[in-house]
Amino acid sequence: MEILDILLTANFWEAAIRIASPLIFGVLGALICERAGVLNLGIEGIFTAGAMAGWMAVWLGVDLWTGVLVAALTGAAFGFLHAMLTVPLGLSQHVSGIGVTLLASSLSYFIYRTALPNVSTPPRIEPFRPFEIPFLSDLPFIGSALFSQTAFTYLAFILVAVVAYVLYKTPLGLALRAVGDNPDSVDAQGLSVYGLRIGAVVAGSALMAMGGAFLTMSAFDAFFFGMVNGRGWICIALTVFASWRPGKALAGALLFGAFDAFQVRLQTQVGAFLPSQVFLMLPYFFAIVALVLVARKADYPRALLVPWFKGAR
Amino acid sequence: MSEINLSDAKITNAGQPVVLRLAGITKRFGPLLANDHIDLDLHRGEILALLGENGAGKTTLMNILFGHYVADEGQVLVAPKQGGDLGSLERGSPGAALAAGIGMVHQHFTLAENLSGMENILLGTEPIFRLVRRTGPARRKVEALIADSGLAVDLDIQVSRLMVGEKQRVEILKALYRDARVLVMDEPTAVLTPQESEGLFKTVRALAARGLAVVFISHKLGEVLAVSDRIAVLRGGRKVGEIFTRDADRRVIAEMMVGRDLPASRRTPRDPGAVLLDLDSVAVTGQGTRNSLAAATLSIREGEIVGIAGVSGNGQAALAALVAGLVAPASGTLRLFGEAITRPSPNAFARAGIARIPEDRHHDGVVGAMTVAENIAIEELRGPDFQRHGFLRFAAIRARAEVAIRDYDVRCQGPDAPARLLSGGNIQKLILARVLDRKPRLVLANQPTRGLDVGAQTEVHRRLLAARDGGAGIVLISEDLDELLTLSDRVAVMAGGRLSEARPTETLNRGTLGMMMAGHDEERAA
Repeated sequence: MEILDILLTANFWEAAIRIASPLIFGVLGALICERAGVLNLGIEGIFTAGAMAGWMAVWLGVDLWTGVLVAALTGAAFGFLHAMLTVPLGLSQHVSGIGVTLLASSLSYFIYRTALPNVSTPPRIEPFRPFEIPFLSDLPFIGSALFSQTAFTYLAFILVAVVAYVLYKTPLGLALRAVGDNPDSVDAQGLSVYGLRIGAVVAGSALMAMGGAFLTMSAFDAFFFGMVNGRGWICIALTVFASWRPGKALAGALLFGAFDAFQVRLQTQVGAFLPSQVFLMLPYFFAIVALVLVARKADYPRALLVPWFKGAR
Repeated sequence: MSEINLSDAKITNAGQPVVLRLAGITKRFGPLLANDHIDLDLHRGEILALLGENGAGKTTLMNILFGHYVADEGQVLVAPKQGGDLGSLERGSPGAALAAGIGMVHQHFTLAENLSGMENILLGTEPIFRLVRRTGPARRKVEALIADSGLAVDLDIQVSRLMVGEKQRVEILKALYRDARVLVMDEPTAVLTPQESEGLFKTVRALAARGLAVVFISHKLGEVLAVSDRIAVLRGGRKVGEIFTRDADRRVIAEMMVGRDLPASRRTPRDPGAVLLDLDSVAVTGQGTRNSLAAATLSIREGEIVGIAGVSGNGQAALAALVAGLVAPASGTLRLFGEAITRPSPNAFARAGIARIPEDRHHDGVVGAMTVAENIAIEELRGPDFQRHGFLRFAAIRARAEVAIRDYDVRCQGPDAPARLLSGGNIQKLILARVLDRKPRLVLANQPTRGLDVGAQTEVHRRLLAARDGGAGIVLISEDLDELLTLSDRVAVMAGGRLSEARPTETLNRGTLGMMMAGHDEERAA
């Protein structure tokens, strides 16, 4: 059973976690927006913008963490645009989100092309390097799978805990969960529905952009066209799969990462018999299967997609 | 607006100070004058009933008080918590109203269903950016409030899993937790069973006795007389009267509310005709008592109203679904117009002449996003009147709607207004126009007057009696004993999924009906 042997290599799990990392950022971001009642389909473009902005900042000479910050702020800016259109103005979240995706990705490519008009190979930066956590990375198997990742990946895992804590243990999280279920409950208790929703979309978009930055600053070391390649959309699906819970979001991202890592290795083993596209399709195919199994009883935030206006009758 | 004298702390007969004053409140929604210079004082420890028909401006007034709306003119004045002269309240800010000790229990609850009761109570009471939630002291305070007020509720399960009455208790606790001195309750009994309402009245009286000032919005005369100290009546956006409850009686307030004399509905004796619907030991198996029916035997004849009494949720839904053709009998025989039916279909039933007045008129009775005209025509769209060669005849639909709006006095902005903008009473009139104009042979009226004001109620009663006199058979499912005794020729009682024998109304009164309902309860307990 050579195929199953794949699952037993530390190298496979190391890859699965690496592939999952940007998705973790993305799902957390989408989850925060949707918990507050706003669907953010700007995610795909915000990924691209984050990937470009973070990479370019580093290429222009700032250090890596500052680059991450630049990416996050870029995402926050697009998030603010989406929030203003959908929250106080109450426009269609679908239309606004797709608009933000088109705007953010086109703008990113435009800026990239304008800054580097004549390059054939994209310039490289010095990305995050694997950071071996002392002692833990010496553990057999999980040491090299889990504790020899880049600091950016560790940040993704830490953020899962942080988001879960904020959501379930702080007054802010309470208000956030309430505003996505019934904005009137928040309004009647004297809190600002607009403030909460705008804040959530801005913060969530910043996380999404960090997911994009992971691609250019940790997974690869350069920016190129089409590199986000649907990861944003996958995050939207994973959010439903995760029932809007951070822990399940982590599990979903890891599952998807595992499928992706698995199909790459499968290609080398049985690639001779099947076209490679079949393998490339596998993670998406299983994502759909997983959604069909889980999403039928999905417990959507009740106020998701529903605009709220102060003093409306 | 004239100058308002802030130091004028008026004293009532009871000698209690004013805690809240509305001065000259005026609010317009487009051309509609929802509140027209309303003045109102509220005293410590009193229960003030704000009475009026739907659309009289009660809810608007209270939403201004609570800061959901901003008044176009006028002022809300509150006594400071530490005592002293009345001061004006910041406009348009629920936060300011809460801080001033004004709590509001809305008609549609403002609860986040995905949170627990405790979390809903705490929402917005803590500094929002604090890193931890300190729930210990808060929980002790809420538990003390529960012990004091008797508002028992499980604080830790999700609100979505609470019963309606329990959700309302959470709403009241929310206000009390914030040390409310004024509690506004917008039609609090609209969603409650009679038993739950009784419990609520007891609680409200106890809270008032401890100094809480309560504004109780309602259009139900009986409960207003039972629970309030003072009554203010609104009509068409104006305050038309204010009276101490001890000096009031039903007729006087009803006239104040409606602005005219209300004819009493009276049933004239009539011999029933042929059997229209016959249930012989029909059972329905569904989820829970609400949707199950055990071996029911009942017949409805032409020209009679058969009342089904009982507390909601005891199998009425199953009976209604059966009559509407939505479910098939699990056992027994159902005969409709003399024909045994094994595979019912709602469409076939409707075409055979069954009219339905659904229990949840907002949800099942109209399509809110569609216009009044479309809603009136919706059950006959396939008929020759409203379509030709598969295309709708909009002119005919509109013409029909204009007639219906006039005949049934549906108050709306016209045939093209979306149905969701109509008040409950006018939605019900729209439904009556839709179903009764077709001269149905059998009418299923499920809680036809629940939540309606006196005027609309009288209108529904009149229409149902007219349909009966015209030869229709009517199944009237209701919780309102007075309504059942006034309208029905015979009444059966529903309890725990069992339907009693239908007895002539002449042999019944409120007491015997209550006994029949209780008798069933004992049977179930045994």
